[in-house]
Amino acid sequence: MLYFLAALLATLLHAALVFAFAPLLLGGITKLRARLLGRRGPPLLQPYRLLTRLLRKTTLQPETTTHLYPVWSFAAFAALATSALLVPSFCTGLLTANLSDFITLIGLLALARAATLLAGLESGFGFGGAAAAREALFSVFAEAALLVILISFVLIAHAPTVDSIAEAFRTGHIGISVSLGFALAAILAVALTEAGRIPADNPAGHLELAMVHEAMLLEYSGRYLLLFEYAAMLRLLVWMNLIGTVFFPFGMARAGDLLSWPGGLLLWAIKLTAMATALALFEVSTAKMRVFRVPEFLGVAMLLGVLSGVFLFVASRVGG
Amino acid sequence: MTYSYIYQISHLLGGIILLCAFSLLSQRRLSAMIALYQIEAITLAAAALWQGFAQNAGDLYLTALITLVIKAILLPIGLRQIVQRFNLIRAVETAMPIGLSMILGVALIGIAVLVVLPTTLSAVSITREDLAISLSIVLLGFLVMTTRRNALAQVIGFLSTENGLVLAATGMPGMPFVAELSVALLVLLACLVLGVFLLRIREHFDSLDVSGIEEIERRGR
Repeated sequence: MLYFLAALLATLLHAALVFAFAPLLLGGITKLRARLLGRRGPPLLQPYRLLTRLLRKTTLQPETTTHLYPVWSFAAFAALATSALLVPSFCTGLLTANLSDFITLIGLLALARAATLLAGLESGFGFGGAAAAREALFSVFAEAALLVILISFVLIAHAPTVDSIAEAFRTGHIGISVSLGFALAAILAVALTEAGRIPADNPAGHLELAMVHEAMLLEYSGRYLLLFEYAAMLRLLVWMNLIGTVFFPFGMARAGDLLSWPGGLLLWAIKLTAMATALALFEVSTAKMRVFRVPEFLGVAMLLGVLSGVFLFVASRVGG
Repeated sequence: MTYSYIYQISHLLGGIILLCAFSLLSQRRLSAMIALYQIEAITLAAAALWQGFAQNAGDLYLTALITLVIKAILLPIGLRQIVQRFNLIRAVETAMPIGLSMILGVALIGIAVLVVLPTTLSAVSITREDLAISLSIVLLGFLVMTTRRNALAQVIGFLSTENGLVLAATGMPGMPFVAELSVALLVLLACLVLGVFLLRIREHFDSLDVSGIEEIERRGR
């Protein structure tokens, strides 16, 4: 009973932190990028201002759209909010632990993507359709790569949920292995593409021809746009949480042990800061790829996932 | 505990080298290939240092030093100078689509693993995975050499192959130092020869594309 209460509390805290700090993370990255480029950059709290401003704006619906026009924004937001609840942040053993199946997660991300794609096609204008086509092209490769990576995770951890993978990796019987290194490289490539960051898509871009994620939302305004923007912020945090939980689970708190929480929270903050810094550094030092290079980039990720599996096979043959 | 620790670090370093060798296949630009080769050589030096520490062998420290100075510092500088002088900052032409060559790369790694594991059944298990990684790096280097038409890219493939050999040599306890030293010197000499060779190709064909040589060969027959 006590354990259940602690887990409930941890889950609520997790949800509150994730939903509250997702815009801050984006603001921090934008600020850091600007600083690295020698500009002052927008204030840290800019994403919150964007969201409150969108809340006050009138919501317009283009005449050419169908009745389903508002549905896509809710669907995308709901799918990403659910996945944000599933991926652990500062501690393992949340109430959602048993539900955090990796395949469910891939499915939720795919659902959010499908909703955004349809939103792009909804008003029937050119840029939205073009962006939707590109997004569909990327996602074919990204999902395949994720599934291949998942195979090695499951082979190592003998469990399909994110929570139990983190538990298995933390106990240290795995150690540092070549396959995990390959899997990390692969998942980073997928995460960058999925979150719409620089080698695949420019989050600060304003040229409709080159945009992918933004171009699908061009016909959205007001509250519907707010949902999409917030969903995008959540998506970035979900990916960072996922990478942090699976590859750096050391020192994560346990939900049942209240005393371990402060350490876990501190570590989570450090992990997010480190990842945000790394992302900002990477973004200022790389150029955006041509659209048709992105499938190749994700193809490399997929092959790295395959290699990770190959070396697991080697390790098991050598060990056994 | 310490045993598995040594094992894991050396594997991680081997894995990074393999990752670099694999990424060489996917790069189109020469400057990116040189940078990757440099990272590969630095990691190789670290791997040699680690093996020297693990096996308590002094000559491996020397190997690490030679690797660092020659392969991680001198050769990349030389290669970059060639790129500058020959004005090769533009893209590398590949003889095969990148995706196909990478699939072939994964297949080669698979072959290396399948060959090494059964043939070394009697050996100590610590070196077997290392050997599989080294053989994969050697084969990937060959693949780079066969898929590129640009002579400089082929040189980088050759150097990557040699890195794989040195990695295998450092992983084996009791490998005589003289052999490693001679290999390192041989590579340096080979690079000098290749540099002269590149100049000659350039003089004759106005580019480093080796398809000009194939043309002559065809005409000669």
